[in-house]
This record gives sequence, C-alpha cells and structure tokens, in this order.
Amino acid sequence: MSQVEFLKGNEAIAKAAMLYGIDAFFGYPITPQNELIETMSHVMPANHRVFVQAESEVAAINMIYGAAGAGGRVMTSSSSVGIALKQEGISYCAGAELPCVIVSVSRSGPGLGGILPAQSDYHQSVYGGGNGDYRVIVLAPASVQEAVNDVGKAIQLAEKYRNPAMVLLDGAIAQMMASVVLPTQPLPRVDTTSWAATGDFKTRGTRNVINSLYLDPAKLYAHNQHLQAKYREIARNEALLVDHHPDHHDGAIIAYGTSAKIAIGAAQRLKEEHGIKVKCIQLRTLWPFPKQALREAIKDMPFALVAEMSMGQLFQDVLAFTRSDTVIGYVGKAGGEIITSDDIVNGYLQQMGGEQIEHSV
Amino acid sequence: MPKGKVTFNEVNCKGCELCVHACPKKILRLDGQRVNANGYKVAVIFNPDECIACGLCAMFCPDTVITVERIQP
Amino acid sequence: MSIVFKKTTGLTDKPFSYCPGCTHGIIHRLVAEVLEELNILDRTITIASVGCSVFAYDYFNTDALQAPHGRAPAVATGVKRMHPEKIVFTYQGDGDLASIGAAEIIHAANRNENITVIFVNNAIYGMTGGQMAPTTLPNQVTTTTPLGREIITGAPIKMSEMIATMDHIAYVERCMAADGPSIMKTKRAIRKAFECQINQEGFSMVEVLSSCNIGWKMSPVDSLTYIKNTMTQTFPLGVFKERKHETNH
Repeated sequence: MSQVEFLKGNEAIAKAAMLYGIDAFFGYPITPQNELIETMSHVMPANHRVFVQAESEVAAINMIYGAAGAGGRVMTSSSSVGIALKQEGISYCAGAELPCVIVSVSRSGPGLGGILPAQSDYHQSVYGGGNGDYRVIVLAPASVQEAVNDVGKAIQLAEKYRNPAMVLLDGAIAQMMASVVLPTQPLPRVDTTSWAATGDFKTRGTRNVINSLYLDPAKLYAHNQHLQAKYREIARNEALLVDHHPDHHDGAIIAYGTSAKIAIGAAQRLKEEHGIKVKCIQLRTLWPFPKQALREAIKDMPFALVAEMSMGQLFQDVLAFTRSDTVIGYVGKAGGEIITSDDIVNGYLQQMGGEQIEHSV
Repeated sequence: MPKGKVTFNEVNCKGCELCVHACPKKILRLDGQRVNANGYKVAVIFNPDECIACGLCAMFCPDTVITVERIQP
Repeated sequence: MSIVFKKTTGLTDKPFSYCPGCTHGIIHRLVAEVLEELNILDRTITIASVGCSVFAYDYFNTDALQAPHGRAPAVATGVKRMHPEKIVFTYQGDGDLASIGAAEIIHAANRNENITVIFVNNAIYGMTGGQMAPTTLPNQVTTTTPLGREIITGAPIKMSEMIATMDHIAYVERCMAADGPSIMKTKRAIRKAFECQINQEGFSMVEVLSSCNIGWKMSPVDSLTYIKNTMTQTFPLGVFKERKHETNH
C-alpha cells in the first residue's frame, strides 16, 4: 500500500528520507532548502531519530562524518554556498569511504548570488571543491517524485559503494508542491560491523578506525588505486539517462533536472510546430556521466542541443564525453533566469543548421 | 625503605632525560656509550641497589618505556 | 615482587611519534590509564584531531575516528548522537581547538554534548614547526612572531574560562603536566571528566598545559619549569566549572 501526500519538494524529501530509515540528519538553514531542515526538525525526533541543527555547514558535514563513521545512515542538506563549505568534509567522507547522502538544492551564483533556481553548481557537484582524486555519486531529479525516489537510491548507492551520494536539484523542484508517493518501509540495512567505529573493539576483536591519513606514499597511492577501481565499478553499473522520445531520431536535446522537464515540452513543440522529431535525453546521473548511453543515443544525428541553466558547464562535458560527428549546440541561462521552452525551440532551430553561437570559455 | 627494580623498554626511549630529572635518588642517567635503533641515547640505571620503587621516573616518561617493580619486603 | 608501574592496556604498542620529552606522551598515558581503570576501553570511541596528536587513533586502544582540523567536537557530536551509550572523547591541541575549531568547541559545549574533551595547550603550533597559536603568550617568540608576540596579534585566548561561562555544562578544569603532583592531579581531573560523561552529566573538558620543547627551543626539563613558572601566570590552574551530579540527558 503506497502513501500519497501533497507536499512541497523540500518536505517530501525530508519525509521520504525519514521513511527510508535515515538515522540522523544534521543541517543548517539556507534558502531554498529551509523547509527540508524544518520538516526534519519534527519528523526525526517524532520517530526517535537524531536531528541536530548545527552551528554551520562545516559542522554539519563533520557531524555526518562522525555519525556515518559510527555506522549510522545519515543525511545532510544545503545549497550552493553551503555546499561549498561542506567540500572539505565531503572529501574526508570520500577518503574514509563513508556512506552519506547530501541533498543540494542549488541556487544561483557565483558568490552569494541569488536564491532563484540555477544549475550552475554542476561543476561543484560533479567535480567537487574538496581536495584529492575523489568522486561523489550525483543524482539529478527533475520532479518532486524523482527527488523522493532519488533520496532512496542515493542511500542505497552510498551504502553499496561506501561513498557519498548527492541528490542535486534546484529551488524550482524543492519549492514546488506535488502529489508524491512516499516510501512505506525503510530500506534494508547493509552490514557495517567490519569497518564502523562503534566502540566495540574487544567484542569485535579488531579496532575499527575511520581515517583518510596515509603519510606513506605507497599506501596512499594504493588507497587511491582502490578508490579508482571502485569509481570505475560505479561508472560501469550506475550511469543512467532517460530517452523520453525513443521513436524520435532527427536530433536530440540533452538536459537534466528542471531544464530536462522544460526540454521535454520543447521536443514536443519541435515535432508539432516544425515537424522535427527531436528526442529529449534526460541525464539521471551526472556522476557517473552516462557517456556510453549518450554516445549511442545521438550517434547518427547531425545535431544535438545541450540545454542547461548554467553557462556551458554541462555543454563542455557533453562535448568531451560524446566525441562524435554530431554537432553539439548550447542554449542556457543562469543567475536565476529559468530557461524557457521558447529558448530551447529557438536555440535548436537557430543552431541545427550549423550556426555557431558564443558560449562559455 | 622498599627496594625497586626498574626496567627500560629501551627501543622506544628517546633520551629526553625527564626520568633522570624526576628520580629523587638521582640514580638514572643517559648511557653515553651507545644509541638505540632510532639513534637516541638511552636512559639506564647506574645504581640499581638504591631504587626505592617510587615510580616517578615512569610517571614522567612520555613514551611509557619504564616498568617499575617493588622487590619484597 | 609487585608491579608499581607498567604500561596501561589503554595504549597500543605503537611507539609515539612525538618529539623527545613532549608531554603529549604523558597526557596520552593518563587518559589511557583512566579508560582502563574505569573499564570503558571497550565502549570508548576516540576522536583524533589535526596537529601533533593527529595519530592519536593509532595510540589509544579503542575504536577511533580522525577528524578534520578543528572539527573534532562536531565529529564527536555525530558519533555520540548515534551511540549515546558509548564514551566519546576528543583529543585536541590549542591550534585545533582554540583557532580553527573555535566554533565547533563552543557550540558542542553549548549543546552540552555528553562528550569529554582533552585539550592539550602548549601555546604553539607544534606539528607545523612552531608558529604562533591563539594561546601563545605575550612576547613569546615563535616562527611567525620572531620578535615576540605583540598585542596586535591578539592576546592568549582562555578557552577554559570562556567555556566555563556556560552554566549548564558539567565540568571544566585546567591542569598541567609539569611535576609529580600536577601529573597526578591531571589524572584525577581526566577521571572526573570521564565520570561526568558516564553519569550523563554533559560536556566535560580538561585543559592540560603541556610542553613543546622543540618549538619553545628549550630542553625537556626546562620546558616543565616553563609550564610551571611562566604558562600558569597566563593560564591559571583550577576548576572553572563543576555542576554537581545532575543528569542532563
């Protein structure tokens, strides 16, 4: 029996996380994710779970490091500038191989920027700002329901691979109200006894130590090789895109999140108003990037358009990862201006003939 | 006066002399003739008969090198 | 024959990485002895910080986490909230706790997290080569105050006094590891702090004035005299906070 509720995106994510069996939530207020931490502040204690409003995003991610290191199923949430502050801790979590979920409700930047929706944190999420060769799994929902589902998927991937997993959305989704199906039972637990620092070393027989410090370069290199092998496995298994128009083959629009939602309508208009059968390809994972599937999807097409609410961040990755004869175009906005169906349709028509436009450097 | 026996796990001794300083009987010193595997001069007891098993040397040793036993009676 | 003194089982066999004569080793031993005597080694989780004591996770015979610079109290919060029945302590230096981690320690104390903080204050950044710390004494020469610390760089920050202003926390004491009686007193304070945690009385912190003979450019023995005669002028010893036997959690 499913549970359907009419909720704001932020509230839905919070309730879903609790229902999926999150043990502890550590957060700090920042617009536009405030309803998430507000919802957590009552649903977590009401269900005998841990909720702490930390003194900063820095403290919150380190509480995550501590609670995850002690074997907890944990989540934090923040937005752009707050995610920037969490990068040190995310790198530590990745280095010490701790499972945790980070919900990033991005706003517009750079700097304090604005609070309206943008996708300018693509690089921040996919490449991160923490130090070292680490990777964070990044899921990109385009609706409230997808966001709810992705929180569950992020928990499972984080625990399966012992790695941080991020759900990246923007205020358009987080502030939108929608009917959503919520989870009805917690996700199954994985066994953490071999590594979690729970303070039971005598009964266990060995000490469990959570650490990312290796002063011996040979050991640190070996640790890096171990991480890279894991990342290759994640890339092989978990990269995902959705082809919204499997029978359209004239061209493609490549997008994720809010932009993908708008691109679906734009593809429909291109068919109805201009007779061009363009497919919308929605990237569901940003890391791992669905390189192979995207290459396959656009391989015989003369043109594909990247639509994003940032200044070419996704466009550059699509160029780099597809390496095909398909001409790749770009249409985008940033700063809190939401990309429109007109922007995408006009951008497609303008560039499909090979006209180059200026894009980011 | 109780009698004591002091032993040094000298592989971990760093020759800091805090035990030498702490000993009320002044019967410890650094061995000037040799160093341990880490290159440190090591603490030794040169007049073991005078040890009173007070344990102060061990209390000061930052590297828990010293074991102190009391010889009965 | 009876044993007067032998190494505690609270420490692993790993030799300390500290410089010869550094009193970190003494303080480690005191903490480990207390954990053994209170019979809590099997339910304790150590939070190591950044600085000279970064390898504390290798030395205490417990489960452990190594925390980012200054964040040990936040990491401890995460661990303790997950496992309220376990004993959680941080081991932090003055650069870690009083400078980069000032926010985390203040707020962990203010939330009255039921954790124990061992704060080792040697008035200098030892690990990085002897730079000025927020606790560096007036006129003290460090590698970043080559002419002696001037007031424009700030005054020595008194964390115990500051944290003791929080009425609801359990215990704050400043001790030193400089002579026989003070080492024994420090051990009693550490024991008291862990007992506060066991009794769920809330946040406890023991500040221990400690030496950095290499950074201070003194002999280990002279460093102990410096702690006793000079450091205590700026950092007076004593119990700054003791809330009597009330369970707070």
